[in-house]
Amino acid sequence: MSTTTADPDALDLRPPAWSRAVRFCQRQPLGSFGLVLVVIVAITGIFAELLAPYNPTANDFSSMTEAPSLAHLLGTDQFGRDLMSRIIFGARTALIVGLSSAFVGGLLGLVLGVGSAYFGGTIDLLLQRVFDVVMAFPLIIMALAIVSIFGTGVHNVIIAITIPLIPRCARVVRSAALVIREVPYVDAARACGYGHVRIIMRHMSPNVMAPFLIMVTAFVGQAILAEASLSYLGLGVQEPVPAWGLMLQGGAEEYASTAPWIAIFPGVAIMLSVLGINLFGDALRDTLDPKLRDR
Amino acid sequence: MRGFLVALSLLIGFGATAAETPKRGGVLTFLIPADGGPSLDGHKEGTYAVLHAMAPFYSTLVRVNPDNPTSTTDFVCDLCTGMPVPTDNGLTFTFKIRQGVKFHDGTPLDARDVSASWRRIVFPQPGVASARRNNFLMVDKIEDPDATTVIFRLKFPTLSFFPALADPWNFIYSHRILEKDQHYFERNVLGSGPFKFDKYEIGQSVTGVRNPDYYHPGQPYLDGFHAIFAPKQQTRVDAIRADRAAMEFRSMSPSARDQLVKELGDKVTVQESDWNCGNVLTPNHKRKPFDDVRVRKALYLAIDQWRGAEALSKIAIIRTVGGIVYPGSPLAATRDELTKLPGFSPDIEKSRAEARRLLKEAGAEGLSFEMLNRNVDQPYVIVGTWLVDEFRKIGVTVTQKIIPTGPWLEAMRAGDFSVALEANCQNIVNPIADTGRYLPHEHYSDNFAYHDDPKQVEIYNKMVREIDPAKARVLMREYEKQVLEVGAHQQPVTWWYRILPIRSYVKGWKITSSHYLNQDLANIWLDK
Amino acid sequence: MLQYVLKRVLLTIPTLIGAAALVFLLMRLIPGDICLVRLGGGGASFDPKALASCHTEIGVDRPVIVQFLEFMWGAVRLDFGTSMWSGKPVIVEIAARLPISLEIAIMATVVAVALAIPLGTISALKQGTWLDVAVRVFAIGGIATPSFWLGIVSVLLVLDLTNWIGGKPWMPPIDYVPLWQDPIHNLSMAMLPALTVGYRYAAVTMRMTRSTMLEVMKEDYIRTARAKGLINKLIINRHALKNALLPIVTLIGIEFAFLIGGLVVTEQVFNLNGVGRLFVQAVQNQDYTLTQALVMLTVTVFVFTNLAVDLLYAWLDPRIRFN
Repeated sequence: MSTTTADPDALDLRPPAWSRAVRFCQRQPLGSFGLVLVVIVAITGIFAELLAPYNPTANDFSSMTEAPSLAHLLGTDQFGRDLMSRIIFGARTALIVGLSSAFVGGLLGLVLGVGSAYFGGTIDLLLQRVFDVVMAFPLIIMALAIVSIFGTGVHNVIIAITIPLIPRCARVVRSAALVIREVPYVDAARACGYGHVRIIMRHMSPNVMAPFLIMVTAFVGQAILAEASLSYLGLGVQEPVPAWGLMLQGGAEEYASTAPWIAIFPGVAIMLSVLGINLFGDALRDTLDPKLRDR
Repeated sequence: MRGFLVALSLLIGFGATAAETPKRGGVLTFLIPADGGPSLDGHKEGTYAVLHAMAPFYSTLVRVNPDNPTSTTDFVCDLCTGMPVPTDNGLTFTFKIRQGVKFHDGTPLDARDVSASWRRIVFPQPGVASARRNNFLMVDKIEDPDATTVIFRLKFPTLSFFPALADPWNFIYSHRILEKDQHYFERNVLGSGPFKFDKYEIGQSVTGVRNPDYYHPGQPYLDGFHAIFAPKQQTRVDAIRADRAAMEFRSMSPSARDQLVKELGDKVTVQESDWNCGNVLTPNHKRKPFDDVRVRKALYLAIDQWRGAEALSKIAIIRTVGGIVYPGSPLAATRDELTKLPGFSPDIEKSRAEARRLLKEAGAEGLSFEMLNRNVDQPYVIVGTWLVDEFRKIGVTVTQKIIPTGPWLEAMRAGDFSVALEANCQNIVNPIADTGRYLPHEHYSDNFAYHDDPKQVEIYNKMVREIDPAKARVLMREYEKQVLEVGAHQQPVTWWYRILPIRSYVKGWKITSSHYLNQDLANIWLDK
Repeated sequence: MLQYVLKRVLLTIPTLIGAAALVFLLMRLIPGDICLVRLGGGGASFDPKALASCHTEIGVDRPVIVQFLEFMWGAVRLDFGTSMWSGKPVIVEIAARLPISLEIAIMATVVAVALAIPLGTISALKQGTWLDVAVRVFAIGGIATPSFWLGIVSVLLVLDLTNWIGGKPWMPPIDYVPLWQDPIHNLSMAMLPALTVGYRYAAVTMRMTRSTMLEVMKEDYIRTARAKGLINKLIINRHALKNALLPIVTLIGIEFAFLIGGLVVTEQVFNLNGVGRLFVQAVQNQDYTLTQALVMLTVTVFVFTNLAVDLLYAWLDPRIRFN
């Protein structure tokens, strides 16, 4: 940050990073607002131990369902746990669930999608059918099976959320890659005798990055919401792990009118972070998508 | 504030039970906190989703006294004419059957129907499932010498027979139909109870209309009932608030009660009772280090039952600390007797110090394990979450594996767990039968501690055959001590508490110690 | 064209078989079974013999391969047997739940279309203005709000509002009555869920409308039309919207297909006895036959909606069918 002063001898003609950032902010005020929200969530999650005033899982029966006060800025839940601390640690769970689902789902989707497009023929046909099955298949059965067999740890919830994301990403990536497959330089690479992996990774994947990044950004928000829905059905992250979806499920319903703070704050946390991610994702799309760039 | 509300609501509750002349008419709309049940056959099923919908259509031989239902010893006749005095050293029970009772299709009901139904429960034919057959292992023969007499002959005398008879699931079916089709009642309803079956909207609701030929004079008071399945508590709270329904019969959480009392004032009456259900912490004795009695005891000592139960009673359907016997029963341990058992001492600091010492001695310091739990919020998840934090206080790290009912039961049956949080939920308070669940697995298939204790079995067998209540109580203390202290096999962790906010216009019904009891609705009337 | 249609129709078969195999396998991988849930769910003890007799009765003690072949053969004949939970034919169970789910799906679609198309169009035309920003935030709000949360809050709001206005709290009915029997009862029950589902649905559609409109507006013929001096309103109605409509209609179709059986959470919140709630029940009760039938229903609806969309595109764009 402090070394942004440009070196006069440097021959880099691109505008410095900060000025590009400033331009992004000017062109995409909503997107920048989204980015700010995302960064806040990320910092909160990463530095949860430093920021949280209380242990997020320690019960305190002397202060159950207390309204927001100086001691507990966002109040306490039914176990007397500090809501602010749980929301701060919940940001970490949201980050872990959101990012790992989106990246693992996106990455597998990228590889399978590009691979499917590159190889074509029988492999493409087979993979397409597998994508069809997974996409059409109801998430809840998959989630229930995973949870029933392996239990409800965070990583199992991530698996349940990730699986349906893979074919959705693969579909989009495949159709983008199909266009590129016919481009001469891929033929050239093949003629040079490069291996499949190299062609897929070096030549094809970078060219589908725009739709891929847009997709993955959207996935982060979807994964956070999916975790909340699974929690509502009792198949999400489990007590006493601090997670926003779980906090909504346990507290929101029962205390919605007697102790509304239990329900409001985790709901706001989910809404703001998903809003932030989507706003940022929209701006990213506008910036990356060549069709819209000239506007 | 909350305490005041509770006190207020209890006060209202007592006010409503004062004698008034019942008014006739009206339809009671109530909620069944479940999705539609499986078959309609009470002999076969075990979920209240079936019982709450079906009990109003059927008669039973004997039942808990609907006017004194919280008593654990007050049983009265439904279809019989007088409670029999056992003869033949307590081996023979002769019932006289009420005459002039008719099934809803107009055919008469007599002793043959009673004995055929009971034989189906106690000695089911191959291919017929009888869920609670195990409760009647003492029954040798069921006879109907004439149209008004039914005789039960036992293999051995026992105090547990009579309560088992009053089990609310023991519907009386028509023997003519049973002879033709043992499965008829899985899909059809034909009883002799206070209400006639009207219709079943699949998965949504059950409706019944008054049986004009009902044999208890004056009853039922209602013109009919409409039972709506509503599994989500918030729906039920909202529905009572908006008067879309008058009540439910299982239990609501304390916060739901507080909300309804706050919003409806005297338009809602709260009835509360100890509940013949409780959570039980079960370590798997086949898994290390839980094969070590010191480790098991350390876990129990970490739990502050007294303070925990008091605090959790504000957020969960639990309240009373107790041993292995339902706290309201004469056979239950008194507070003095209870506090002498490990894990029930009021001095929690001393207990936890002892727990740490035991863990160190057993070489299990810094123990960490996964606790199996069921994905039902009230109260499983809440109790589990509380226990996790209690174990933390003796340096034991616990995570919960919270899974749906089927996989949860299967994990326990397969022995695939370290420590499980399970529940013990019975209908009629029948401590001698109910505490059978603490017997080793080979004697009681639903015990999942997988322990072995011949002494415990010996005491139990003596207790089952003891018909002097005072002596039975002494044996029960011995049995409880063997389970909780000597063997430290399993640990009861708080008994449940039923909380029913009811629209105040509903009169005549009294809460019971089980959500299975007193469900025929014959004595309910509406003051509108 | 005929060849293309035939090929696409044939390609749905492996998808359906794959889904059938997957649901069959997954359900049996879940430990425990419906008999355990049925007998042990209440927490009371039960007779092991009753468990065995339950297993025989529903046929889960037979070899798995026999069960699978039976299921596949039944699926071919559209006969899914009886529900293991209730003993009623699966068709009857589903038919009882379909009306309310369909009704909500249709009403939500109406809400979505009525909101999304005008708002999305305005947002595209006024790109960059405060109006655009407001519409976009409104749309993203619909995506960012957990639907069950919206449902719970909306019921509470209605209760509090009616209590405040009329002194008597009111909530939508919790038992379904067909539209023709009691329209007021029926509509007052369906209204709130349709609105909460419709909001999210509208949000997705709104975003699609906006972005396709933006793209179409850049196309040459629109520029030509503008250059020719046609008034804006005409351009929008005659040219832009018409051409933007195809992807929007596609999205609406796919979302609608998803709603049949996809209202899992909403139906729980509003106590609607619909297909989504039946789905949760069937899965949690481990009712194999019912779950299998429901999965086949939703997968079939999904697959055929996609097929219809593909065929529509192929019909409109000859390049696709010869590719």
